[in-house]
Amino acid sequence: MNKPFAVLPLHDSVCQPPTATQLVVDRGFRGLCHLGVFLILLLVVALVVEIGGKAVPGMQKYGTGFIAGTVWDPNQLQYGILPAIWGTLYSSLLALLIGGFFGVMMAIFLTQDFLPPRLAAVFRTIIELLAAIPSVVYGLWGIFVVIPAIRPLADWLHQTLGWLPFFKSSLSGPGLLPAALVLAIMILPTIAAVSQDALRAVPLKTKQAAYGMGATHWEAILKVMLPTAATGIFGALVLGLGRALGETMALAMLVGNSNQISLSLFSPANTLAALLALNFPEAGPAEVEVLMYASLVLMLITLVVNLVGSSIMLMSQQGAK
Amino acid sequence: MRNLSVSDQPAPSLQRTLAGRSLRSALLSGLAWACALIASVPLFSVLYMLITRGGSRLSWEVLSELPPAGFEMGGGFGNALVGTFVMVGIAALIAIPVGILAGIFLAVLGPGSKLATMARFAAKTLTGLPSILAGVFAYALVVLTTGSYSAPAGGVALAVLMVPIVVLTAEEALKMVPKVMKDAAYGMGCTRTQVIWKIVLPTGMPAVLTGVMLAVARAAGETAPLLFTALFSNYWLYQDGSLELMGPTASLAVLIYNFSGMPFDNQIELAWAASLVLVMIVLVINIVSRIIGRPRF
Amino acid sequence: MKPFMFAVAGAAALVLSSSALAQERIRLIGSGASFPAPLYLAWFKDLGKKNPNLTVDYQSKGSGAGIQDFLNKTVDFAASDSAMSKEDLAKVPEGVQLLPMTAGEIVLAYNLPGNPKGIRLPREVYSNIFLGKITRWNDARITAANPGVSLPDLPITVVVRADSSGTTAVFSKHLAAINDEFRKTLGEGNTVNWPASDKFIKSPKNDGVTATVRQTPGAIGYIEYAFAKLAKVDYALLQNKAGQYVAAGSGGETLAGVKLPPDMVAWLPDPDGAKAYPITSYTWMIFRKSNADPKKAQAMREMVEYGLTHGQKMADAMGYIPLPATVVDQVRTAAASIK
Repeated sequence: MNKPFAVLPLHDSVCQPPTATQLVVDRGFRGLCHLGVFLILLLVVALVVEIGGKAVPGMQKYGTGFIAGTVWDPNQLQYGILPAIWGTLYSSLLALLIGGFFGVMMAIFLTQDFLPPRLAAVFRTIIELLAAIPSVVYGLWGIFVVIPAIRPLADWLHQTLGWLPFFKSSLSGPGLLPAALVLAIMILPTIAAVSQDALRAVPLKTKQAAYGMGATHWEAILKVMLPTAATGIFGALVLGLGRALGETMALAMLVGNSNQISLSLFSPANTLAALLALNFPEAGPAEVEVLMYASLVLMLITLVVNLVGSSIMLMSQQGAK
Repeated sequence: MRNLSVSDQPAPSLQRTLAGRSLRSALLSGLAWACALIASVPLFSVLYMLITRGGSRLSWEVLSELPPAGFEMGGGFGNALVGTFVMVGIAALIAIPVGILAGIFLAVLGPGSKLATMARFAAKTLTGLPSILAGVFAYALVVLTTGSYSAPAGGVALAVLMVPIVVLTAEEALKMVPKVMKDAAYGMGCTRTQVIWKIVLPTGMPAVLTGVMLAVARAAGETAPLLFTALFSNYWLYQDGSLELMGPTASLAVLIYNFSGMPFDNQIELAWAASLVLVMIVLVINIVSRIIGRPRF
Repeated sequence: MKPFMFAVAGAAALVLSSSALAQERIRLIGSGASFPAPLYLAWFKDLGKKNPNLTVDYQSKGSGAGIQDFLNKTVDFAASDSAMSKEDLAKVPEGVQLLPMTAGEIVLAYNLPGNPKGIRLPREVYSNIFLGKITRWNDARITAANPGVSLPDLPITVVVRADSSGTTAVFSKHLAAINDEFRKTLGEGNTVNWPASDKFIKSPKNDGVTATVRQTPGAIGYIEYAFAKLAKVDYALLQNKAGQYVAAGSGGETLAGVKLPPDMVAWLPDPDGAKAYPITSYTWMIFRKSNADPKKAQAMREMVEYGLTHGQKMADAMGYIPLPATVVDQVRTAAASIK
């Protein structure tokens, strides 16, 4: 190694040129960091190759009929995941409707001076702890608390408003509504947290200007704060949707695992993730192809939703600057 | 002023709207309060159920014994507790070094490089990966190759979920280290490795640890990736002098799932008790990570 | 067979400076049917006490999953209520030995307000419930068979299996035998393409079906008798071929008439006899004939012998049917081929 200029050892300074060993160590460590980054990329590639590659035979065999098919019957080698896709989307959108409303309300509540800071911190902690509870515990809670709790309401709705497609069938137990309710609770923290960021990013002077024009507290919130933070809040909703689509355990425990397409909130349904959880442990090679295909579909749906969500977030952050 | 002088009538309409507007505002505030309270109900309901139904069953016996067969009374989930620790440990051994190294690269070594952009994108994509797909991946990669359900297979599946959290939080944490501190060290002739080890890591460590602990907490509660990688076992990993890492391994999360679907009251009580233990583990990790990661200055 | 596994286990044992006993210890891993799972788990716990060096780890996952694990070689043995298909048998070069270990009855468990016991279900009623044709509890065909019982005006929620199940295979075999329409439209097998109705709910394993029935008013589901007995769920009296209403748990007369062929697989889709319970079946353990590890093979033979002796005594108490003495002898002879 040729040195560009000579450095005299300076005994009266802590500043020293690196020794040869230190340079080797430096190079080695940077190599390790590179390796770490490569491993991340490799992981993504491996995921796509393992799942995508193993889905190829299934794709060749069943083609697009797999996505449009409504029958899942391994005996007759008939596989269709449309009911599961429908259940995934329907339960997630329902959850988004409920969780989105409460999440955004919560974000407004926590950022728009409703509470003294200490109390706001308490509520913020409650919401964050909601996110920490494992999905399987929510499933257990759903079976023993949510289903019995909503049964009277569901029966009443079915009896009085049974002509609406949403209440067409009576609630047996597991079904879309309990699943969507629990799912809503699970995505609420994500939506609340990201929406809070969006609302906090609105410059203070914007709000002050609204008050200055004589707006009431809520006029300022609804007509000034929300529209200004709209992109960020929309991003929060999309990210919440992404989380709902991939959720597995609570759904597998609450949704009823019945392959059918129905608008009724009380009818049992199926989701892609629950389908995988229940069928994978017992799948033979023929079924593994099919399940890998279903995994791929799930991966693509969540990927698209998450990409849309993150790009909206990116836009809103750039907009804020 | 002109208005005042001209108006021989009072302006009731304006007052009424103002009153109406205030009323609407008050109503909406009430609604916001109601929403906040309703949103807090689930947490308290879950905690209430865990404490009343799980807490009544919690005892040393439950923490130290093996799961009961279908009809038996008593029993516990000692092996599942151990299994959860072992698999989260394996996952942490894989995910933390990889995650922190990659985080260092993203924050310090090449933040603007193309590689970093790609890796950042990859990590963000991975955070959105449904956890069941991590299980599918580990099943294909580990279970089918080794020919057995095992603790390492479960560990790999959990690691896939931990890595992106560690990477992204480590990057955020290390980026926060003030540039002047690094510049001072470079100026003294430090190599980049020395800057990282002596300046960046010590300064950013609390925040990195927060991310690591959040990742651990998430992994401890995951069920879906373990269903068909670690499966479940009714026995201890380590029994009478032999360690069976390469066999099916119990975990708290899978035990809760299995027992919640059983018709026997004993098992359902155990599912609640196991949930209480699992939630306590997760919450303790969360709270500790908050204390560690609290901004100090 | 699994050198990697042994290498890791061995290394770990060395590191942990275990005693020499460690090498003697044998751990058998099995998975499959949930139908006999309560019994098997009780056996293996007891067997572990009698022989501390033998651990049998059985995971109740459903028959389909067990056979799949067996084919993937992730387990030493499997258990199935639907035996094993010809195609699957052909996939095992080592040869397969099926051994019936116990027998059981499938009951229709239900959950009705007021918990009326022993509802009577005629053959064409219960087969039509599972075809989705009879949908309410106060259907005239049900009330006609149950004079004096007030049946509620509730929809019937049918709980079926979400996983690939031998219990489903046995049950659908029976329904196909007694109902032509069922045979033609739904057929028989480990999985059945149940009618698309929002009153059909799926749950995994016998445990899940029992739990869902218990939690759902108006539900009916098919489960092994032991589950109904142990979980204290009400179950129906079913009408047999002779036209009699019979309760499950009345014993093994049904089985005595059956002679097992050399492959040890026999079915009773619709037994004769006035006292015969209509849905009865053997359940099998599945072994490889040639195993790489002779010690494991010996351990498996020991496990079978335990099941045939001590095990049969437990069967009756837990709601299973002990094997007839002739069958026990046949199984003992056949078990010798596990090497």
